[in-house]
Amino acid sequence: MIPRIYIPGDSGALALGAEKVAKAIERELADRGIEAKIVRNGSRGAYFLEPMVEVATTDKGRVAYGPVKPSDVKGLFDSGFLTGGHHKRWLGAPDKIPFLARQTRLTFARCGVINPLSLDHYKAHGGLKGLQNAVAMAPADIVKQVTESGLRGRGGAGFPTGIKWKTVLDTTADKKYIVCNADEGDSATFADRMIMEGDPFVLIEGMAIAGVATGATKGFVYIRSEYPHAVAMMQKAVEVAREAGLLGVNVLGSPNAFDLEIRVGAGAYVCGEETSLLNSLEGKRGVVRAKPPLPAIQGLFGKPTVINNVISLASVPVIMDKGAAFYKDFGMGRSRGTIPIQIAGNVRYGGLFEAAFGMTLGEIVDDIGGGTATGRPVKAVQVGGPLGAYFPRALFDTPFDYEAFAAKDGLIGHAGITVFDDTADMLKQARFAMEFCAIESCGKCTPCRIGSTRGVETIDKIARGIEPEKQIELVTDLCNTMKFGSLCALGGFTPYPVMSAINHFRDDFKPAPVAEAAE
Amino acid sequence: MTMQPASTEIASRTAAIIQELKGLEGPLLPILHGIQEEFGHVPQDALPVIAEALNISKAEVHGVVTFYHDYRSHPAGRHVLKLCQAEACQSMGSDAIAAKLKQLLGIGFHETARDGSVTLEPVYCLGLCACAPSAMLDGAVIGRLDDEKLDEIVAEVRS
Repeated sequence: MIPRIYIPGDSGALALGAEKVAKAIERELADRGIEAKIVRNGSRGAYFLEPMVEVATTDKGRVAYGPVKPSDVKGLFDSGFLTGGHHKRWLGAPDKIPFLARQTRLTFARCGVINPLSLDHYKAHGGLKGLQNAVAMAPADIVKQVTESGLRGRGGAGFPTGIKWKTVLDTTADKKYIVCNADEGDSATFADRMIMEGDPFVLIEGMAIAGVATGATKGFVYIRSEYPHAVAMMQKAVEVAREAGLLGVNVLGSPNAFDLEIRVGAGAYVCGEETSLLNSLEGKRGVVRAKPPLPAIQGLFGKPTVINNVISLASVPVIMDKGAAFYKDFGMGRSRGTIPIQIAGNVRYGGLFEAAFGMTLGEIVDDIGGGTATGRPVKAVQVGGPLGAYFPRALFDTPFDYEAFAAKDGLIGHAGITVFDDTADMLKQARFAMEFCAIESCGKCTPCRIGSTRGVETIDKIARGIEPEKQIELVTDLCNTMKFGSLCALGGFTPYPVMSAINHFRDDFKPAPVAEAAE
Repeated sequence: MTMQPASTEIASRTAAIIQELKGLEGPLLPILHGIQEEFGHVPQDALPVIAEALNISKAEVHGVVTFYHDYRSHPAGRHVLKLCQAEACQSMGSDAIAAKLKQLLGIGFHETARDGSVTLEPVYCLGLCACAPSAMLDGAVIGRLDDEKLDEIVAEVRS
């Protein structure tokens, strides 16, 4: 058997030198006259081990090595890594690596395991069973199964996916759309990117199921332009899917028609908001629309539209394959199933960790993440991206659950966690939240457009020690106006990072002691 | 062969791109992406051609072009370096990285080096948050930036 070597083509792995490693391995194979097949898989998400190279052995299964540097390659061959030989980078079976072994992988089951563009691999690892089941069912039954699974929108809002689908199914129209929101702009989030680069067919399958369930015949995946690798992978995957009859006039030979188009954003963060994304797809400024009407009734081009996040759609195939009860069994309270938590920033073991809802923030940051990369104490973690709250260590007992986070004036958002060490200046972070809102505001509503700029100015006054208590009162009042007066989550949620920084880290908002002049 | 005035040439190349893409649903963004790929920026002279072809006003086209950060009104340098300035990268010292890079290149954000070698831009998240701080040089991703990698980047854009 020809040895098979897996080298991730995932952006994160590429950013850490996977391409150079691949080149070095190719060169070494040629020099030694060894025949081997190189597969460019996605990443399993343990970024502290990337580039992680795996070898499929006949007797030991997959054996992983990482993080591999180009200078390690010669040594790897000398140690017989093609048959799983020992080397200082040896990690053993990838699914036994603690960071991966502790996860519950439902949505990301295949990510980093298979060749992303091989439908045969996809099927061999359980792919397409969900869609096969769906095409044999009545649309209302598919919607019922998704509703019963308890799946809620993974983009951040947490709205029940099945209810959205039901509205679209029940609305009569000559044309309906499925829109996938792949405008993953929140810092600390990369789950959408990883699945699109590592298992694109699961998203395509999820969208096809949504189409069959609601009577929609056309889908769009709106991917941000900052993700060129994901765009390229999705485009290739759509072509493969079309050729295989997974997309087209007869999805998997059924009477259902469904086709997909990949669209690329143009660098506007606000287009991650669903209505502004729809405007952008229509070729307009990405300005937020007032709701109602709901997109499910009047969405893209005024037609009923399912608009879901990548992870919501990519979680549907497993629900249709293994059943609503199977998925619902994971989780806690009203947060059912699994959530891909993205551990990022100043953290020792950064990466994607898919687990059932319910782990505490402390477990995620300390046990799984291993504390900070710098080795300094953790000061704050921001959960849910630029619009999420900063949590101090005192709140580390909060379980990862939509309602539990809301009760602590926070949100889980798209489940990204940024860790900061004790050198972080929370006034600076609060200022950045306002500044970011000012840069990215679509300009439609006043609290967001003007409030964000006034917010930056007021926080600057605090920094300069100009009546700080009065300014904090002003910022608090401003945040209240933004929270309740903004049209969408950009202006409405910017108060979360700002107020949490003020409330939990008040010392950082006190006037700095005057520095003594250096001699 | 006679030289065409620049505006006529832009118009004809723009028309070809529109012809290829106008059958799409909501074709404006794909057309603008196509134009930027063709010219390296979105020239003013392309706007009336688009407006005419899509039967919308020039003001509407202008409004869309100026809304999105990606569309340039002027050509960029030979290299485009995007440096992530979002929270995950901030937690790993992206502010200091930005300051150092600006000093090494002698330009600030949204500026192009006088020799046209490089344009420096801030970007808010490249999805490389577990390998921060990160950057993108001409579409190639770079993670865990440090002094050594900055020197490599500077050497590459200057070569």
